[in-house]
Amino acid sequence: MENQVENKNQTSASPKKPNAFVSGAKKLFTAGIPRKSLYDYEDVSPTEEELKENILIVNHLKKYFPVESNLIGRPIRYLKAVDDVSLKIPYGKTLGIVGESGCGKTTLGRTLLGLYDKTTGEVYFDGNNITNYGERQTNAIRKDMQVIFQDPYSSLSPRFTVGGIISEGVLVHKIVPRSQIKDYVVNLMERCGLQPQYYERYPYEFSGGQRQRICIARALAVKPKFVVCDEPVSALDVSIQAQILNLLRELQQEMKLAYMFISHDLSVVRHVSDSVGVMYLGSMVECGPTERIFDNPMHPYTRSLLSAVPVPDPRRKKDRIILQGTIPSPANPPSGCRFHTRCPECMEICKYKAPVYREYEEGHSCACHLYDPGYLSDPVGYKAAYSEADAVFAAFPSNVD
Amino acid sequence: MKKSKSGYIGFKESRKIVKYNKQQIRYYERLKKRKHIPREEYLATMKNEDNVVEFDDLHTYFFTDTGTVKAVNGVSFDIPAHSTVGVVGESGCGKSVTSLSLLRLVQAPQGQIVSGSIRYKTKDGDCYDITKLPQDMMEKISGKEISMIFQEPMTSLNPVFTIGYQLDEVSLLHIEGATKESAREKSIEMLKLVGIANAEGVYKSYPHELSGGMRQRVMIAMALCCQPNLIIADEPTTALDVTIQAQILDLLRELKDKLDSSIMLITHDLGVIAEMADYVVVMYAGKVIEAGNVFEIFDNPSHPYTIGLLKSKPVINKKVDELYCIKGRVPSAVDLPDYCYFRDRCDMCTSACAGSYPEFVQLSPTHKVACHLYESKVLK
Repeated sequence: MENQVENKNQTSASPKKPNAFVSGAKKLFTAGIPRKSLYDYEDVSPTEEELKENILIVNHLKKYFPVESNLIGRPIRYLKAVDDVSLKIPYGKTLGIVGESGCGKTTLGRTLLGLYDKTTGEVYFDGNNITNYGERQTNAIRKDMQVIFQDPYSSLSPRFTVGGIISEGVLVHKIVPRSQIKDYVVNLMERCGLQPQYYERYPYEFSGGQRQRICIARALAVKPKFVVCDEPVSALDVSIQAQILNLLRELQQEMKLAYMFISHDLSVVRHVSDSVGVMYLGSMVECGPTERIFDNPMHPYTRSLLSAVPVPDPRRKKDRIILQGTIPSPANPPSGCRFHTRCPECMEICKYKAPVYREYEEGHSCACHLYDPGYLSDPVGYKAAYSEADAVFAAFPSNVD
Repeated sequence: MKKSKSGYIGFKESRKIVKYNKQQIRYYERLKKRKHIPREEYLATMKNEDNVVEFDDLHTYFFTDTGTVKAVNGVSFDIPAHSTVGVVGESGCGKSVTSLSLLRLVQAPQGQIVSGSIRYKTKDGDCYDITKLPQDMMEKISGKEISMIFQEPMTSLNPVFTIGYQLDEVSLLHIEGATKESAREKSIEMLKLVGIANAEGVYKSYPHELSGGMRQRVMIAMALCCQPNLIIADEPTTALDVTIQAQILDLLRELKDKLDSSIMLITHDLGVIAEMADYVVVMYAGKVIEAGNVFEIFDNPSHPYTIGLLKSKPVINKKVDELYCIKGRVPSAVDLPDYCYFRDRCDMCTSACAGSYPEFVQLSPTHKVACHLYESKVLK
């Protein structure tokens, strides 16, 4: 263990710059993307204080999937599933991620966990830069980050007993001595609301809610510090949903866990999170404390998303903003601001120039031209400053070879 | 037909169940397969002429190898004309089976409508009992006068035929004198009606080329093709995103007024119900436990289950520290207890609850609830 700690310290002391070294495999994988567009950001490493406060810091994370390749197999077109996402999760807090299906929220969670290789971007976990960790080092930190998947019916192996499922991680990571494993697992099962006699049973014998409890017990068995909850309650009934949400909250307080809670259900996200990030077509459009996002949303997308949620109150006025059309394909995103095709407040500039993701109030960031300081101080000048020549240039994205 | 507590069924018992099921299934199938069913048998009279459908003590059972599953166990409610009735409940409470019984689509031979009646008033003014209607008569009603929008637009369209082919089929089957050309025109008109901009393009495409929201729109177009009297929407927006859900609900509301039909909306989302429905029916374990109009149900929920359901859903404009949760789970549908089915999960349980299953108590002309708590209040 001591060796590992030393190793970690060494890597964090001299982090490799992202554009300093690109391995052979990565070179092949990112071929076709202009290097400039990949590393087109300021290289800001977090301060000591930020590292101490936050369990997870992500800077400019990108995940591109090749969708089309040429004759010799070099990829020529990419699906930008996650495009330039930065976020922070403090110790013991919950970050909710919301967005429509296909906006890349699940890919973001999986990339953070290392289930997908990231294309570029820096990830700091628990005080260390884990961006360039090799296989052995990644395996060592796997026990600190766990995941609860969406569908409890397909994420449990039907050939393992409940005890086997939960104790597998404990065995691999040597959390407790072999002789104490059963006691440890039974204890944990009771904590998660499963009866001890379920130890020898198989997953098919359980209902959806019980299976999700097994998934939670499995994730928590290795004593993680950070758990990605990927839509943990969307496959469950309302009354069971409440049970699972309460359980997750109790466990968080007890074990000081940090959650990243991915969901498309805004009311659930409001209930569990301390801060919320709203994603649209692979990028974060707004992120901030829960109260601010829900009471005072800035981005037009967040506003329309909030007004679309049905509220169980028959007397509420139905003055909602209904977004027209569907989410565009991420393989061929619109130019400029990605939301401009559906935005109720779209301006001419939005069609050509992508807005900058900025922090406006403390902790509340947003990417929209409406709040740009240049626009707010001089709306007419801001629009006019954007000449027609720029428009023509911007209409041709730089990555078309 | 008692099961031992561990859930294990012995050989003898299993034989008994299979024999019983065979008997029952043969009896009901024979009733259905008679060649000439006299007209008097399926003619009925509506209790109230303003209703489109009246469910009256409907029982739909499934005869399975582990015992008889009483999926719908004495359901009665009405669907008035030109209004939306929302049916809420957890999964497995029988809300889908109720709607399938109305279209006679229950999985046969193991699923059978055992007793009760569903009275339906046709467009011509006749009144039929759907449970006893001969199959050929039923085919004229289902799809034409009563149509259904299914839960998953992904699986309810056939992947090997184009959207156009599947839409044309409806008009060719149900509209008299329809030709290929007229059917095509009608289909494109319907696609435009449900808000598809590129109707000609969608007409030629296959289901996999469309997004979930578009497929659901196609399903709605298909359901509305013959201007039905009643649309059954079985969780129409569960598989969709919030923004698309808002679009679809808006569309349904608009089309309902345009076509002057009624909607039976089945969902587990109370938010959707509050927005769409005029009347609400709450179901639990195959029985209706509370029914009333929207305002009564949401302002004054009376059954402990309805109260729990409303409290356990996180609401977007309210922040609570801990969600209320209904403890335990729905009782197994195979051997239901003879007392109130909700007693074991209920917080407001009293000594009266140990007795028989509670009868309906009328709280107001439209609001009724099946709970012992209110019996004493009415008596006083």
